[in-house]
Amino acid sequence: MIPPAFDYVRPAGLDEAVRALADAGEDAKVLAGGQSLLPLLRLRLAFPDLVVDIGRIPGLRGVREEDGRLVIGALTTHHEVMRDPLVRRHAGLLAQATATVADPAVRHRGTLGGSLVHADPAGDLPAVALALDAELVAVGPGGRRTIPAGAFFADYLQSTLAPDELLVEIRVPKREGWGFRYEKFHRVAQSWAMVGVAALVRRENGHVAEARIGLTNMGATPLRATAAEEALGGAGDAEAVARAARLAAEGTRPSQDASASPEYRAHLARVLTERAVLAAAGMG
Amino acid sequence: MTDQAVEREVGRARLRKEDARLVTGQTMWTDNITVPGLLHLAFLRSPMAHARVERIDVSPALRRPGVVAAFSGRDLADGLGSLPCAWPVTEDMVLPAHPPLAVDEVRHAGDPVAVVVARDRYAAADALEAIEVDYEPLPPVMDLEAALAEDAPLVHSDKGTNRAYVWPFEAGEDYETVRQRADVVLTRRYEQQRLIPNAMEPRAVVVTPLAASGEYTVYSATQIPHILRVMLSTVTGVPEHKLRVVAPDVGGGFGSKLQVYGEEAVALAVARKLGRPVKWTESRSEGYLATHHGRGMIQDIEIAATREGKLLGLKVDLLADMGAYLMLVTPGVPILGAFMYPAIYKMDAYAFTCTGVFTTKTPTDAYRGAGRPEATYAIERIMDELAAELGLDPVELRRRNWIRHEEFPYTSIAGLTYDSGNYEAATDKALALFGYDALRAEQRERIERGDRVLLGIGVSTYTEMCGLAPSRVLRDLRYSAGGWEAASIRMLPTGKVEVVTGTSPHGQGHVTSWSQIAADVLGVPFEDVEVVHGDTQAAPQGMDTYGSRSLVVGGAAVHRAAQKVVDKARKVAAHLLEAGEDDLEFKGGVFSVKGSPEARKTIQEVAFATFTSHDVPDGMEPTLNAEHVLDPENFSYPHGTHLCAVEVDTETGHTRIRSYVCVDDVGRVVNPMIVEGQVHGGLAQGIAQALYEEAVYDAEGNLVSGTMADYLVPSAADLPEFVTDRTETPATSNPLGVKGVGEAGTIASTPAVVNAIVDALRPLGVRDVRMPCTPERVWQAIRAARKEAAA
Repeated sequence: MIPPAFDYVRPAGLDEAVRALADAGEDAKVLAGGQSLLPLLRLRLAFPDLVVDIGRIPGLRGVREEDGRLVIGALTTHHEVMRDPLVRRHAGLLAQATATVADPAVRHRGTLGGSLVHADPAGDLPAVALALDAELVAVGPGGRRTIPAGAFFADYLQSTLAPDELLVEIRVPKREGWGFRYEKFHRVAQSWAMVGVAALVRRENGHVAEARIGLTNMGATPLRATAAEEALGGAGDAEAVARAARLAAEGTRPSQDASASPEYRAHLARVLTERAVLAAAGMG
Repeated sequence: MTDQAVEREVGRARLRKEDARLVTGQTMWTDNITVPGLLHLAFLRSPMAHARVERIDVSPALRRPGVVAAFSGRDLADGLGSLPCAWPVTEDMVLPAHPPLAVDEVRHAGDPVAVVVARDRYAAADALEAIEVDYEPLPPVMDLEAALAEDAPLVHSDKGTNRAYVWPFEAGEDYETVRQRADVVLTRRYEQQRLIPNAMEPRAVVVTPLAASGEYTVYSATQIPHILRVMLSTVTGVPEHKLRVVAPDVGGGFGSKLQVYGEEAVALAVARKLGRPVKWTESRSEGYLATHHGRGMIQDIEIAATREGKLLGLKVDLLADMGAYLMLVTPGVPILGAFMYPAIYKMDAYAFTCTGVFTTKTPTDAYRGAGRPEATYAIERIMDELAAELGLDPVELRRRNWIRHEEFPYTSIAGLTYDSGNYEAATDKALALFGYDALRAEQRERIERGDRVLLGIGVSTYTEMCGLAPSRVLRDLRYSAGGWEAASIRMLPTGKVEVVTGTSPHGQGHVTSWSQIAADVLGVPFEDVEVVHGDTQAAPQGMDTYGSRSLVVGGAAVHRAAQKVVDKARKVAAHLLEAGEDDLEFKGGVFSVKGSPEARKTIQEVAFATFTSHDVPDGMEPTLNAEHVLDPENFSYPHGTHLCAVEVDTETGHTRIRSYVCVDDVGRVVNPMIVEGQVHGGLAQGIAQALYEEAVYDAEGNLVSGTMADYLVPSAADLPEFVTDRTETPATSNPLGVKGVGEAGTIASTPAVVNAIVDALRPLGVRDVRMPCTPERVWQAIRAARKEAAA
């Protein structure tokens, strides 16, 4: 568990950080809370020449309201996110899912931005960002750009950020009047989700008017259960929800690993979608 | 001096003396040790399960910064013998050579091939990449049954077979004859998955040489400093009297540090070669490959009974996965279990066979319970199956067959004499605490209303054998060591006490418990006792700590040694008080003359008088110190009843333990808090086998569960609140009446959990779920049963 040798810089500001990344090209890694990067380094699965520690850059931490949205600094820790009153009020799904991330030690160090950029499909928060329709704001040599969550996750452990871009904030639309539920299925409390379902449901007249469903660990990236979302429109009872939930695994490509087969993951996605939607819709 | 407290220490839930330093880490863990000029070792390990080492060149590593030396297996082969196996279970057991560093062939992923010596740990780790090795792949040997086929590739080609040994055992009447009379015969196959012990502290070793005199001190995170000294001397040729072995504070073992490891021998050899102190500390993922594993068995079990549920006979055929080499007690682990399959039940015939099988996997060896959890699992699982077959309540079936309280002492069909026990009392108490009848009613209700979450109740009535002794029985088992334990008491001039023990605690709390035992006998305050352990120089005689032996053998030895001190002190006190020894009373640390209580001497006063020895009886040696080496007359046999209720979600296969009740009988209790802690930890580990943990290899022999991300160790968040209680039936085989408790929870809990899961799913037609009972396996079992029912 000795990492390979690397250089280390701790820039004082964003410009300096971006410059350091631009100079290093593909051989740099960004260190935020370190909860994903350090294990990779210690297991010698990552060999960066340079580690850019952004932990002391001011202004990247905390939650505020702006133009009817929540703006969450990329360095805001999981612990801060799940306890934040604004997040709890306007993005309860994010608070609920964040509380299931790993264990208290990890949640005190790990950051929301870090877990999104890490782009692990088994991480809980990428699917939540998809369901919430979050936007991710990055800074690079060319300035700032905003990336919708749906265009952020490129492949397994790969975001669409350029090597010299830094995620600085996450913008989350307020979802007034939406019910929510994150259903996480894992074998022990601190392990990754075997499958997770993040459901947001808006009801009108006792029927589901709109549903947004993010899937954790059902493919190389976090996914939306679009077929199920469409089928849920107008669902008025538990049976209709169950019927729609049967479509939850459509278009997914879950992996095979020591803890589950693709077939079982698909089954779980259907069961958990039904449960998450029923709970989110208050029909459970 | 005022009267000393006479409150008894034994039985009090004393906080542990050692915890302040253990839990803060401000203590001597092996990795905390540093000495001037210390060099660091890193081991290069085989990435393949099985290969010939065609060429190895360590010289490129020497050019890396900070590197002092590097050695291949061949470089060290002359000075290093084979690692020892102390339990040749049969005369014709196949015992392959086990070089501490592989020379010509690697036989499991993680088998070490070279060592780098560098000025710091980082330089050593980095330099490993520079070593050049050409491996010629050989076929891996992964499957126990396939390994025994005629044309199977061989783990040790020079031995001509993958069969390490066959160990048959028969007792009572002829099994086949008894089977003929049976109304019911059930056969089942159970699998004990491989487990990784996961002590909190990884292994570590520091060797400091005194080159001028050829003396070496080996600090090792080991359970067995005394055995290690003897064995390291044999392996390296350093004479035993030139070798001091210290087990400083050790952070857990669970059997994984009951071992003589290649890294320990290599560290000593390198320190000797270079004349420099060296250190090696294992990482967690390295340990997963290189620290021995546990379990790994296929169990074919057959039970024969009458229609009324009376057991007639039991037949067990085991295939036991040895892994690549036979390590310290590898072959003996399943043999310990051989005596436990009949458990607490009476029967007429018992037939057992164990075949040890070599595979290209990390060697197996003792892991908490060692043989007994496997046995208990198989018998308790098949007892539930038999109950279902006969339409009997599983508790009732056990009642009809267990040894009744009035029948003790009872010699089991396997030949063990159970000295004491009260299965009725423990079971009745457990059933009441559990609310057995109410849970059964809820179980029926859930089935009737078609609840997707079913309730299951699992029963496990276990006994086990621990405190391996006496030594002559170990001889009969062909175990190379004795079963005794040593203790000495040093009465210091000021009346403070040092207890020197041959046990080697690594989390068990011996410092506290031994203090309680000595304080009671000597009548001194608990705080006035210190315990010296784990150093062959300070505590030269011992058999160390494993197999729940420490209290029943070592604690009892402390008790006896303390009594000898009191006997000596009585002579001095009688002399000082000018009274006859028989006229003295000894209570609460005070000798007084019967009938004239003002004539008194405290044991502290006697200690000081003996120190000056100005006035001691003629001919008496001027010391109160005493030692006792105890070789008990029998094993100890804790027992108990464990009940587990689970809720199984039939849609997802997820199991939740709803309640867990255990009533254990560990005889007399020295420290109830320590006993409860042992039970809690044991339950966690046994439940972990049932639900979570498994060392998984792929077909090529790679360890897939190579980190804690894939090898799931449960935490408190995953476990229920345990309801623990006890009955107290004193052991008759030791003066304290105590029985071992270190492994009981692990032994009992695994079948309780799996029985509960199968009980929940039995209405759906499920008869077994392979361990660990992962959600997917449970779900698949339900699907298969439903398909079968539909067909």
